[in-house]
Amino acid sequence: MKKVIMGNHALSYGAMLSRAQVIAAYPITPQTQVVELLSEMCADKILDAKFIKVESEHSAMAACIGASLAGARTFTATSAQGLTLMHELLHWASGGRLPVVMGNINRAMAPGWSIWSDQNDSLSQRDTGWMQFYCASNQEVLDTVIQAFKVSEKLLIPSMVVLDAFSLSHTYEVVEIPEQAKVDEYLPPFRPKIRITPDEPHAFGGLTSPEHYFELRYKLQKDMEKADGVIEETGKEYQKMFGRCLGLVEPYLCEDAEIILITSGTMGYTANVAVEEMRKEGVEVGNLRIRVFRPFPFRKICEILKNAKKVAIVDRNISYGHHGIFYQEVKSALYGKNRNIPLFGFIAGLGGRDITPSTFKEITKYTLKKEKPEDFICWIGVKK
Amino acid sequence: MREKKGMKLSLPEEEYMNPGHLACQGCGATLAMRFVLKALGKRTILCIPACCWSVIDGPFPYSCLEVPIFHCAFETAASSASGVKAGLEMVGDHETTVVAWAGDGGTFDIGIQALSGAAERNDDILYICYDNEAYMNTGIQRSSATPYGAWTTTTPVKHFKNRPKKDIIGIMAAHRIPYIATASIGYPEDLYRKAKKAKEIKGTRFIHIYAPCPTGWKSRPEDTVKLARMVVQNAIFPLFEIENGEKYILNIKLREKKPIIDYLRLQGRFHHLKEEEISLMQEEVDRKWQRLLDLCAKN
Amino acid sequence: MKKKKNSQKIIFNSEKEFPIMPMSIGSMLFNKTGAWRNIRPEIDLENCIQCGICWKFCPDVAIYIEDDYPVIDYDYCKGCGLCAEECPQKCIIIKEEAK
Repeated sequence: MKKVIMGNHALSYGAMLSRAQVIAAYPITPQTQVVELLSEMCADKILDAKFIKVESEHSAMAACIGASLAGARTFTATSAQGLTLMHELLHWASGGRLPVVMGNINRAMAPGWSIWSDQNDSLSQRDTGWMQFYCASNQEVLDTVIQAFKVSEKLLIPSMVVLDAFSLSHTYEVVEIPEQAKVDEYLPPFRPKIRITPDEPHAFGGLTSPEHYFELRYKLQKDMEKADGVIEETGKEYQKMFGRCLGLVEPYLCEDAEIILITSGTMGYTANVAVEEMRKEGVEVGNLRIRVFRPFPFRKICEILKNAKKVAIVDRNISYGHHGIFYQEVKSALYGKNRNIPLFGFIAGLGGRDITPSTFKEITKYTLKKEKPEDFICWIGVKK
Repeated sequence: MREKKGMKLSLPEEEYMNPGHLACQGCGATLAMRFVLKALGKRTILCIPACCWSVIDGPFPYSCLEVPIFHCAFETAASSASGVKAGLEMVGDHETTVVAWAGDGGTFDIGIQALSGAAERNDDILYICYDNEAYMNTGIQRSSATPYGAWTTTTPVKHFKNRPKKDIIGIMAAHRIPYIATASIGYPEDLYRKAKKAKEIKGTRFIHIYAPCPTGWKSRPEDTVKLARMVVQNAIFPLFEIENGEKYILNIKLREKKPIIDYLRLQGRFHHLKEEEISLMQEEVDRKWQRLLDLCAKN
Repeated sequence: MKKKKNSQKIIFNSEKEFPIMPMSIGSMLFNKTGAWRNIRPEIDLENCIQCGICWKFCPDVAIYIEDDYPVIDYDYCKGCGLCAEECPQKCIIIKEEAK
């Protein structure tokens, strides 16, 4: 059934179709519609779930962790200040091997107080052991929530489904809402082997000495290393059942491209529009949208970039004292692969500054002109 | 040997705690746990934030309790318990009692937001605060539960704690939760009765247990139970219940309040106090006791 | 009352033996805290009135009931002295622990 819904509601529908059992969430612009619709769905009994109206995001994640440990499928959503307030507990969910799924609306970190799109909030959580999926359409948001539950529950690693503030969260698009019965077939109920219960008492998360901590974390990384395979497998399965593939990356016209743009989030689809227009003018440009950031798809990226002459990476974020984060990670993926292709790192769109097809044309023009980047960081759109 | 008779224990014999745990000699917190678990039984899950009990239970991969424990983040005793309870209900377990078992630091200070949130929502959890009046696990630093006059490592003798103990019971009463009680390990049968009573009530229940700490109070390990009795008899820590935030029930009526000086003398943390300071403390205790009597008289 | 539960120290030889979640898989019973003692309580059963108070107030669960009398489990008794202090008959004697 097709519906015209906003990105936030796509998250709510995803959680509803996945039959989330416990939702604990706190409102924050621009996430509020996610929880408002979920709370209506619970009240109308469309969704059989307990909705805990917690008093902060920190408590939201704590409650999700508790519920997940008890064996329930859990979901929450937040943004920027809320996500970073949860930071301590993000480590807890991954270290505790709990498959919580969370929607995060990318919003700039304060101060200056901003409600507009920027990726620093989610990317600054990249070391917490959560999988991260960056979506470019409302359809993808809905589909990814369902896939995320499947992948997370298989690996016992939590995931976040990330979408841009306003350009996706509040933008209405046509979305195909899958049938509940088919989603149930794709995503069976959550039945963890281990959960907290008096029937089999364990103490979870006790004091762990240097004698033991290392192996537990080794196991988490090893399972994260399996994640790209699991994501591809579950993505192909989703395609078979619902007609839409959910892979690690989405390349567009990259096979014969001389210049490849690397993007993520909503600007990924804006870049495609620019690529099409530039191609008409004879520019051999392509766009590689990175959909899964954690686990980082090293292999796929190197494969797609293998024939490119230059790469222009566009970051809607920055790690102060270094560079844009996608830039750093792509560069590290290429190291030692005998690819000395020039990498141009662009920072654009911080704090919700608009990224349009002209932005990409400007980026491509610069990249075409220069042999290699003149500045370590190329800032696009800053009034210097 | 005199004529053998059967033994009549005032509490059930079954234990849910095993020896071999890491508590200090004479630890009040372990007695609190032992008594409460006898009342709650096997179908109990404990959410324990950072506190002495995080360590007492034993390190990975061991535990000394016969019930499951979720060692949760410091601030999250109440929110974790709310989450566990919601999760259990959704997987079909409506029977297990979910307990947030926190120290005074995790209740009065860093955990108070989550506790207030859960209480306001009336989440179905039993919140138990065992109070040893400082951050003992990290080495005796002051908390807002530390009483006026006490030495701690962050309130040295020249700058002893000069603010009164936070009135957590008053705060919880303002939330109008179904059941609040104070208890002391010096009165195990009373604590047992209250834990049993709380178990049968739905909604947020709060029990504040007085648990002396010889290490932090600089008292003799063998005085732990005596201190826990004296503190009730001198009305520093009266034993009472509050139902629905309104009905106050005094459990131990004192014919004659004992002076606090005898209690203070047994603890090194109060040895620096001067006569004037002790008089101030006695006055405060007298005032609060009268206030409690007035609240109980209203019923 | 004999402890029938698992009381072995747990040694992991490989990461494969670890549980996937950080959780307990054994009991603290292997940890004989009796080694902490400096003083040793001894119950004078002749004068014991079987009130159960020593059993009740042991923080280490190191006193159990056998044949209606309290018995101290010296594997675990830490020597805190609470039993002796609380005994109404004062029939628990504190001795120096032999080294």
